[in-house]
Amino acid sequence: MQRQSAREDILFQPLRSNSIGFYLFCAFLLAIIGWAAYAYYIQLRDGLVVTGLRNYIFWGIYMTNFVFFIGISHAGTLISAILRVTGAEWRRPITRMAEAITLFALTIGAPMIIIDMGHPERLPNLLLYGRLQSPILWDLISVTTYIVGSLMYLYLPMVPDLAECRDRLTDAPNWKRFVYRVLSLGWRGNEEQKRRLERGVSIMAITIIPVAVSVHTVVSWIFGMTLRPGWHSTIFGPYFVVGAIFSGIAALLVAMAIFRRVYHLESYLQEKHFRYLGLLLLVMDVIYIYFTLSEYLTMAYGNEAADQGVMQMLFVGDFAPIFWTMILGGFVLPGLMLALPNLVKNPSPSSAPLLNLRPLAAAIALVVIALVTTAPGVGASADIQMATVTPVLRLIGIIAAIGGVFWVMLPFMQAHPIGTVVTASVLVNIGMWLKRYIIIVPTLYNPLIPIQNVPTEWAHYTPTWVEWSITAGAFASFILLYALFSKMFPIVSIWETSEQKPELPAGGGTRG
Amino acid sequence: MAQRFSRRQFIKLSALLAGGAASIGAARGQGLDDLVRAVADVADHRPAFRADAQTTGELIGPSGEPMSHAGTAAAVNGNHRWVMVIDLAKCDGCRECTKACDAMHYVPPGQEWIKVFENRDDQVAGSYWFPRPCMQCDNAPCAKVCPVGATFKREDGIVLVNQDRCIGCRYCIAACPYGARYFNWSEPPHTAEELAQPYSVELNYPHRKGVVEKCIFCPTHLEEGKLPACASACRMNALLFGDQVEDVVFNAAGELFSFSQLIRDKAGFRYMEELGTEPRVWYLPPRDRVYPAPQS
Repeated sequence: MQRQSAREDILFQPLRSNSIGFYLFCAFLLAIIGWAAYAYYIQLRDGLVVTGLRNYIFWGIYMTNFVFFIGISHAGTLISAILRVTGAEWRRPITRMAEAITLFALTIGAPMIIIDMGHPERLPNLLLYGRLQSPILWDLISVTTYIVGSLMYLYLPMVPDLAECRDRLTDAPNWKRFVYRVLSLGWRGNEEQKRRLERGVSIMAITIIPVAVSVHTVVSWIFGMTLRPGWHSTIFGPYFVVGAIFSGIAALLVAMAIFRRVYHLESYLQEKHFRYLGLLLLVMDVIYIYFTLSEYLTMAYGNEAADQGVMQMLFVGDFAPIFWTMILGGFVLPGLMLALPNLVKNPSPSSAPLLNLRPLAAAIALVVIALVTTAPGVGASADIQMATVTPVLRLIGIIAAIGGVFWVMLPFMQAHPIGTVVTASVLVNIGMWLKRYIIIVPTLYNPLIPIQNVPTEWAHYTPTWVEWSITAGAFASFILLYALFSKMFPIVSIWETSEQKPELPAGGGTRG
Repeated sequence: MAQRFSRRQFIKLSALLAGGAASIGAARGQGLDDLVRAVADVADHRPAFRADAQTTGELIGPSGEPMSHAGTAAAVNGNHRWVMVIDLAKCDGCRECTKACDAMHYVPPGQEWIKVFENRDDQVAGSYWFPRPCMQCDNAPCAKVCPVGATFKREDGIVLVNQDRCIGCRYCIAACPYGARYFNWSEPPHTAEELAQPYSVELNYPHRKGVVEKCIFCPTHLEEGKLPACASACRMNALLFGDQVEDVVFNAAGELFSFSQLIRDKAGFRYMEELGTEPRVWYLPPRDRVYPAPQS
């Protein structure tokens, strides 16, 4: 087997040397994490009173982060397992980075619930007195199973690469070589070892799929099992699973784009990988929009008294800006970005020089429309009829803005397919974070028994600096863990991509 | 009953299929049978964490073994089923009940274990005062979701909270439809008398931050044969309290009524009956009110 190729050297490069930029980046992330640790210390010292949470709105962005991170954890293991089981060969360069997202998203996401607890030091009570009737126990069982499973599923296919590191990175520091030697389990690459490895990976790939599905199902059931409007819904299990895969693919695409740029992985992560995953993202987007429509239309049409408050707040009330940003910016716009460039004919080459002006024109158009729709004159009418018409007008304005921007940007997007898919992915991730917020908070604004005789700030939720700091720390920790992982282990599977080598000529393979 | 039997069979089958979860149960010293029983308990619409009223007066956990709760009399007299009746025709919204409760339990600021709402069922109907204690539900959603059994149903009907065990996840607050549960967001202000008492689940104090609290029907008063603090403070005699087993309720004036007859004659109801929580608090309709309605 030809192993000393220049192409593979690219994969070892990040493991060999660290740039000054990398150290600065780590220092920056550590500073954020340190600040978050300070915020958490304040919270432990003074209690959860330092958050914006109170007795009515008692769960906020900690829970949002929990659901979000568990969601993007579906990036990896599930997607990689499905692609592996269905024999999609193009998956090979992306499985490792996908599976690593899973592990680190779970590592960061699961503790968000502990941060939300009034007595985190009593966590062992869940084992000492745990009750299987409580959905929180379902989560505990499911998430820990998933963490262990995804760790195994990440590790198993990495063994041949660890042996490769052991054999090739002989000038690495002693501790690193020790890690490679121990973790590679004496891999020699003989036929028997390969047979066993393939078998183990196949078993894990199939086993991990139901576990992954169970994880986001039981996360949704924390909400679904209560009697509250907006939560007590039978579709929550599948709705959350689809949302998790949706946001997971988007997170994976963002990670791919960053690694491709920073580690120069262009020969591994080709346009077709972004195109294929982009199409998968589009499919999940459409399914997610369908679920969202089913959920809200059923609630709005039946119009039960308990649901009315939530619906009103989402569609036209306090949460309307977040809700419509999520729907239009997080679901519809990315869907169009993923679909239209494939459907509309490519622009003629003669218009190419003007392409770079298009984003500027689009940005100006957006700002103008934003100013118009949010101008005080538009919404300030005291007329009751106007008050109901205005949100609709605004909605039309926003849709028109998106359409216009789209029309302007289309040729640009066709010229930059990877950038387009990645931008859509970023929008999806923002949208899905907002979606989790929209699921949790507006329901708490509408308890079954009315909010009376409390200070007005208790009936409203605004996250405090403590919550934002801890949130920033969670994201920074996730990025740091992921970056360190990519510095320690090859982020692209070497043995799996070299197996596929004949099918990877420059310019993109033909086999999917 | 054939229908119920087949449902049980179905549940058993589902539980067997969910074999993965069973291994966790086994690791905790519980077999598949216990899991089946636990699942069946929930499905049979009984309180998930219930006392065994037929036998010893001990608290029985999901595994079938007696539970102990530090610092409390876990074994209580199973011959009582405490019940509260609130006559909405008499409540004038003076909130003496809330004040008496605050004094009795040193309730931290921001909490109202018995809270008086101004209810108006629709825009046309008149409004009325609506005191809301903890409903001490027989099918308590809070006890159902508690991951550690910190909140539990006692066989005399009272739902208690063990603040030594509560992890502060606030899932019970999410589950309670009545908003009866409160979280201590910060260290509550203390008084010397409060701190002088050793902690007990039957008192719910000394208070501390990071745990959930609520109305507990004043078990210490009941042991002494007294009404709960709210009921004895009600000058309108709107709060009645008693024992469903003996079928008797009293008001602050010491008047005695047959519980079943009172509920029947005055068409008593339970708040949000449709949710199936089976509260132990009954309301008498606000008909022929004897006070001026709230001005809201």
